[in-house]
Amino acid sequence: MLVARVEVSRGSLSLLVELAAAAGQVVVLLGPNGAGKSTTLRALAGLTPLTAGRIALDGQVLDDVGAGVFVPPERRPIGLVHQDPLLFPHLSVRDNVAFGVRARGADRAQARRVADGWLERMRLSELATVRPSALSGGQAQQVALARALAAGPHLLLLDEPLAALDVSTRSVVRTQLREHLTSFGGPSVLVTHDPLDALVLADQLVVVEAGRVVQAGPPSEVARQPHTDFVARLVGLNLYRGTCDSTGTVQLDGGGVLHAVASSAGAGPALVALRPGAVALHSSRPEGSPRNVWSGTVAGLELLGDRVRVAVEGSPSVLADVTAAAVADLGLRTGLGVWLSVKANDLEVYRSAPAPR
Amino acid sequence: MSRHDRLGRSRARSAPPWSLGIPAALALIFLLLPLTALVLRAPWAAMPRLLSEPTVRDALRLSLFTASLATVVATVLGVPLAWVLARIEFPGRSLARALVILPLVLPPVVGGVALLLALGRRGVVGGLLYDWTGWSLPFSTAGVVVAETFVAMPFLVVTVEGALRGFDQRYEEAGAMLGAGRLTVLRRVTLPMLAPSLAAGAVLCFARALGEFGATITFAGNAPGRTQTMPLAVYLALEDDPDAAIALSLVLLVVCVGVLLLLRERWLRRDLLG
Repeated sequence: MLVARVEVSRGSLSLLVELAAAAGQVVVLLGPNGAGKSTTLRALAGLTPLTAGRIALDGQVLDDVGAGVFVPPERRPIGLVHQDPLLFPHLSVRDNVAFGVRARGADRAQARRVADGWLERMRLSELATVRPSALSGGQAQQVALARALAAGPHLLLLDEPLAALDVSTRSVVRTQLREHLTSFGGPSVLVTHDPLDALVLADQLVVVEAGRVVQAGPPSEVARQPHTDFVARLVGLNLYRGTCDSTGTVQLDGGGVLHAVASSAGAGPALVALRPGAVALHSSRPEGSPRNVWSGTVAGLELLGDRVRVAVEGSPSVLADVTAAAVADLGLRTGLGVWLSVKANDLEVYRSAPAPR
Repeated sequence: MSRHDRLGRSRARSAPPWSLGIPAALALIFLLLPLTALVLRAPWAAMPRLLSEPTVRDALRLSLFTASLATVVATVLGVPLAWVLARIEFPGRSLARALVILPLVLPPVVGGVALLLALGRRGVVGGLLYDWTGWSLPFSTAGVVVAETFVAMPFLVVTVEGALRGFDQRYEEAGAMLGAGRLTVLRRVTLPMLAPSLAAGAVLCFARALGEFGATITFAGNAPGRTQTMPLAVYLALEDDPDAAIALSLVLLVVCVGVLLLLRERWLRRDLLG
């Protein structure tokens, strides 16, 4: 169990992140570059000193600025896997994996046995005698993970472990990483700026922006009800802020009105999330059932796989995903006036979290 | 060159302009001419006789011994110094760095005089040593090693410190996160990864020690078999037996080239020889 309150002030950086991770749980820190995610990991590892705060792991205090406790990195039972594998180039794969076992007191033969066990478990045995320079990126990252796990950590920290890999390797390593994190048994904290990594790997998602936690929760909840524009963009949703009344009508802060199904959110400040795929475009005002109909001007078109994402300026502005055929049928082009419609039950209305302290 | 070819540039583009090519050629000739002359004028027929003389053999043996020992001492003391200068922030660090470089630019004779004043029989520290033990450094083989170390150690410190400062410290952090203390990290991660630079520094240090003249003759004198190293023997032989001087010089040249060749393939290509 990890319980941490990490405060670091240094130059322009001001970081305050509170984290808790239970045994077997994977907490993913998600945020834009420069948000302070990596600094948080380094602070947990003891590589960056805390300005204030406290870090406790399984009841043992590793860092407590107030009480003057600081356990140096080499005596923290923490494994760190970096974006670059950082394998020691002068040692074979086996000796790399054995390094931490030896450093924690085992003799050479014993350490090699432990290392061989881990290599076998991670299906890397045939690489035991190879030098790191001969490994592929994916293999090197696997060896780095084996090296960290072999040292027997009680907490695993992973700093963008997949960022340096190419797309095809990435999905393979991501799947294997999920397995290893599950069987690891201790808490893990993983940093990424890739929403897919976050959604696949996280039990608990913590979104960090500008040094503060802006949203935390299970990934399914964060993906459905984003609290900030950054998260909404990552998970591909339109996000609006507004004021909801008891009938489900939301007056948007940016102008415009959306009618949702009368919601459990109740009256008051609310957020509205809207999938781009739920927006329909028309060349003339649509008749019939949709509760929300308004007009706008096409501001841009972008091809996304088999869909086209259309940016429409209006009140409110919206991103809409339509088929390529629809683009042709409607003759969509920048500057064209269009009508938009959205069904009431495609709008997700929810309370925004209390403003982060 | 092959890169130029791949970019489709004409071969002529890789030829330097005259204004650079001519001075470059002159510089190369200037560096090679003396060595060529040495080889041309060498008394090849008399070589076996000259080299089998006991004074020559003694000088060569003494030179190799003292230069090796000086390299060992410089490594044992210089690597920790380089580490401290590269890794520890302390007041006066830039001053300490300047002091380390000083012996590089100081005339070696001045170094010898300074060593006498410090470690000589009446020196600041040497006096105490003599009073207590009746033993003094100057004019002994140990004195030769001291003089050579003083002059040659900066090469090692500067090379290793530069390498340490350019070293990717994330490897050291990776070692620490695996439970290795700072000394273990230095021994099992940093130094092995810096082996090429260490070797380069040691070779520079050894070569400088081997050629040491001014500080050695000032501090340790010129006693055959005890303090007369090869450079001293060359200089003295030039007076009364020029052929012997040439022969000795050739031996030094061969030793130096040999050391470079020996280490080139393994270590030096990247760090020293580009």
